[in-house]
Amino acid sequence: MAEVTMVAALNRALRDALADDPRTLVLGEDVGALGGVFRVTEGLQDEFGPERVLDTPIAEAGIAGAAVGLAIAGWRPIVEMQFDGFSYPALDQVISHLAKYRYRTKGRVAMPVVIRIPYGGGIRGKEHHGESPETYYAHTAGLKVVTPSGALDAYRLLALAIADPDPVIFLEPKARYWSKEYGEMTSDGPGIGRAQVVREGDACAIVVYGPTVHRALEASATLAGEGVEVLVLDLRSLVPLDVDALADVVRRTGRVVVAHEAPRTLGFGAEIAARVMEEAFDYLEAPVIRVAGYDTPYPPASLEQRWLPTAERIAAAVRIAVAY
Amino acid sequence: MSVPGGAAPVQILAPDGTAIGDTGVGLGEDNLRELLRLMVLARRLDDECMALQRQGELTVYPPFRGQEAAQVGSAFALGSEDFVFPSFRELAAAIARGVDPVEYLHYHRGTWHGGPYDPLAHGFAPICVPTATQLPHAVGWALGAKLDGKAACALAYFGDGAASEGDFHEAANLAGVWRAPVVFLCQNNGWAISVPAGLQTAGEIWRRAEGYGFPGVRVDGNDVLAVYAVTNTAIERARAGDGPTLVEAMTYRMGPHTTADDPTRYREEAELERWTRLDPIERYRRWLLATGGADDAFVKSCETEAERRVAEIRAGLVSTPAPPSDDVFAWAFADPPQTLERDRKEALGDG
Repeated sequence: MAEVTMVAALNRALRDALADDPRTLVLGEDVGALGGVFRVTEGLQDEFGPERVLDTPIAEAGIAGAAVGLAIAGWRPIVEMQFDGFSYPALDQVISHLAKYRYRTKGRVAMPVVIRIPYGGGIRGKEHHGESPETYYAHTAGLKVVTPSGALDAYRLLALAIADPDPVIFLEPKARYWSKEYGEMTSDGPGIGRAQVVREGDACAIVVYGPTVHRALEASATLAGEGVEVLVLDLRSLVPLDVDALADVVRRTGRVVVAHEAPRTLGFGAEIAARVMEEAFDYLEAPVIRVAGYDTPYPPASLEQRWLPTAERIAAAVRIAVAY
Repeated sequence: MSVPGGAAPVQILAPDGTAIGDTGVGLGEDNLRELLRLMVLARRLDDECMALQRQGELTVYPPFRGQEAAQVGSAFALGSEDFVFPSFRELAAAIARGVDPVEYLHYHRGTWHGGPYDPLAHGFAPICVPTATQLPHAVGWALGAKLDGKAACALAYFGDGAASEGDFHEAANLAGVWRAPVVFLCQNNGWAISVPAGLQTAGEIWRRAEGYGFPGVRVDGNDVLAVYAVTNTAIERARAGDGPTLVEAMTYRMGPHTTADDPTRYREEAELERWTRLDPIERYRRWLLATGGADDAFVKSCETEAERRVAEIRAGLVSTPAPPSDDVFAWAFADPPQTLERDRKEALGDG
């Protein structure tokens, strides 16, 4: 066991997959000698060669489309999109083909493809470097969408995503890339589609994923000081969504705050609110409250902390829910 | 074959069926006859599909009349290890590839997307409608085949309109960089729905290959021998590890874009008449008869067989029952989300 960053854990998951399954390969922009702009692929090209770890031209649609073709040829490509804001040229390939190929071919041609995308803000990035595109993918039937909140779960979820028979959009909260956890990296434990309670409490449930999990925990600590014990549910997986876990926390707390960085309108919080009503309306003691990015483009670095769902905003929402 | 202001395409047969190039393309007598048989069958089936659509048995249908040589000649050059990435007008290529036309046509009947044939069994990818998006798939497949050490080649069909899409450029560029074993076969049929090729590009599509670092060649797409020879050379080059080739086959879409289209709104009858005189099947039939490669009895047998096959295809198509309701849900995921399973049970009334 050792202390690892999320970057190191992701790197290890990729390395283990490349070593264990000769049909896997990694492709993307600058993933070779540089090791990726966030160094997630560091050392992999040296170890596995330029045929298994491919530096591609700057052509996101072409990369995603080539991944579809590689899957048809029986490979299991793991694609790196360099940044959230640069993943959009590939959306046509992802929506029109990656998500639909298995359906179109009646299961004859599987798409065991992972597309890794660093996402979210909070790193003082420039425009196009702080986006939260999860709704686009979660709304596209045929894709799985997962996002870890910490290093050890990043290892587990990426290992499981690579082994998954369906295409997985793997969203990496870049603000958490350098966060550390101590423990063993293993794919054992909760699978894709299982949410996890990361803090117990009975006053309110905060439903979060990826970059908002640690902010919810931070808010929980503040609230505990006020005598309010909240439960924090890390979704881990937006598709499949763990509706049983969601219903369970509503039954246990009666109050839900959902927080994400993506803009509020049709952000994943809308889905959470709807599912909560479908699954456990009778248990609600207060309306579901959404804490989200505002319905504006992502702001410049100097204003991002005014835009993001900070621990303070999450705590304020919990106070409203509890007082309702 | 006139290409105003453009490079002359490779030709072996003149429009009147006389040989003006080397007809020794490496095909034996049986295979030379097979080219005619396939083209005759393809056209007869194309006509039948138009009728089936008018009779309500197909939804929308995109006819390929006029493009039989471009498709049959190119697909005929492929081996069993190779893989075709079609767009949506390649029924003639599918026939040449051995895809069951009934299964193929279930796409146009609305039974299932993509054509319910097994793409892996036939080396023929699902019908692809979003313009040019199949081209990166061909490159990825070709890269995979190359990494597997296979001497196999991808053949990707697209049109003059698709050449304007970014996916064409990205696919060609990736293929060049990766020296991927892929042949990009552009059927320049003159029209992208209502927009003429001259409004798609100010240049010549085949010339773009140079910019991507591989050869391009323009061929008379209504000359089945020339299409076969040019494609065969490109495929051999790819299999030998020498990378991609861009082939621009100059042909003509004699019919509408689809059964929902009305070409009288945008093109002149005289143009159609001019291309009718350049008909690919008539040209090849004349040459084959003149050289003794086939006789009238063979030609007649092709037509008789086409009638018989098309009747079978029609019967097979219209007698297929509607797919089961569970098909709505059955294939979206290998491992479906619990929420979708619940919807399935609710919709199908078994939960």
